[in-house]
Amino acid sequence: MAAGNDVTPTAYIQHHLQNLTFGNHPENGWSLAHSALEAREMGFWAIHLDTMGWSIAMGVLFIWVFRKAGKIATTGVPGKLQNAVEMVIEFIENLVQGAFHGRNPLIAPLALTLFVWILLMNTLKLIPVDYFPELFMRLGVDYMKIVPTTDPNATLGIALGAFFLILFYSIKVKGVGGFAKELSLTPFNHWALIPFNLLLEIIALLVKPFSLAMRLFGNMFAGEVIFILIALLPFWAIWLLDVPWAIFHILVVTLQAFIFTTLSVVYLSAAHEHH
Amino acid sequence: MNINMTLIGQTIAFAIFVWFCTKYVWPPLSNALNERRKKIADGLDAASRASRDLEQAQEQAAQTLRDSKEQASQILEQANKRSAQIVEEARDQARAEGERIIAGTRAEIEQEINRAKEELRAQVSHLAIIGAERVLEASIDEKAHRKLLDELAAEL
Repeated sequence: MAAGNDVTPTAYIQHHLQNLTFGNHPENGWSLAHSALEAREMGFWAIHLDTMGWSIAMGVLFIWVFRKAGKIATTGVPGKLQNAVEMVIEFIENLVQGAFHGRNPLIAPLALTLFVWILLMNTLKLIPVDYFPELFMRLGVDYMKIVPTTDPNATLGIALGAFFLILFYSIKVKGVGGFAKELSLTPFNHWALIPFNLLLEIIALLVKPFSLAMRLFGNMFAGEVIFILIALLPFWAIWLLDVPWAIFHILVVTLQAFIFTTLSVVYLSAAHEHH
Repeated sequence: MNINMTLIGQTIAFAIFVWFCTKYVWPPLSNALNERRKKIADGLDAASRASRDLEQAQEQAAQTLRDSKEQASQILEQANKRSAQIVEEARDQARAEGERIIAGTRAEIEQEINRAKEELRAQVSHLAIIGAERVLEASIDEKAHRKLLDELAAEL
């Protein structure tokens, strides 16, 4: 607990769960929020600078490393970086081959981006919870929540991207009529049940991005809260719980990235299929 | 934990990353992998072909060795036969030569004997005449008794 003795545990936890928000405050205009309340008052017209910054940084890191590996890629004996990158590529290729039954050159790179990007963002969680908030506090920045996937905006944003692709390919492959037919005539192929079918199918469709986003967010957020709670222990006892939890989270971090990727691919595969 | 513009920002960031990955990151890596896969497959093919060739070559070499061994033994046999023949011929020749020499020598000896007999006969007749002369003391005409004496000598 690096925040000092004058801070209550509640305040400490709240501080660590608050994003650095920049937005249009009704009284202060466009500014950084200095409290959770101010951030809430900004409403929709605000942006989490830390979420955006860290997620873009991780995305750029991914693109940079993989682009570099792609540039030095030879068909001969691969180097260490190439080897590592190729392992990921082959992993994704196998995943896509197993889950996607159509022909679309976008799916594999999409799955690669999702997997590595989410994996990198999740991995930020293994950095001790106090490092960056404390560092930025010293630099005069009030809040710094570095794990973008503990922000529902980030997970829902990515899931929405996947959702738009699902809609796009559903319409592209089946046509507007075909897609409408699928929504209205399944699972019960009878005209009288069209409203019921529509309700069912639209809910099923909307649940896809929402479940993707909430699963990732829920797992990451819960893990983060536990890390923060562990950090409230006396400093000599922290490692007792922190180390097992962190080791466990190596699994969770990878697994959640994998689940998000696989489900996105499966949903996109369903979008390509005719009924 | 408020839903705000970050949502849209994340969607845009996601779209850009996916686009960049599809265009610039995935193709070179995927191509390198596929090409290497093809190269390895080719290499394995070549290796199996080479081992097949090697097997064939070994078989050929063994066959050649067998043939040449057979040929060598044939040649050896022929040579043996030929040498036996030569020895036989030489023996025959030697025998014939020996017989010839023996025959020649025998004829010569015969001749010598005859000549010696002739000489002996002449001398005997001469001695007889001398003896008779001595006995008769020149009363006998050598010319008149010559014929008689020659006849006598021929009977020896």
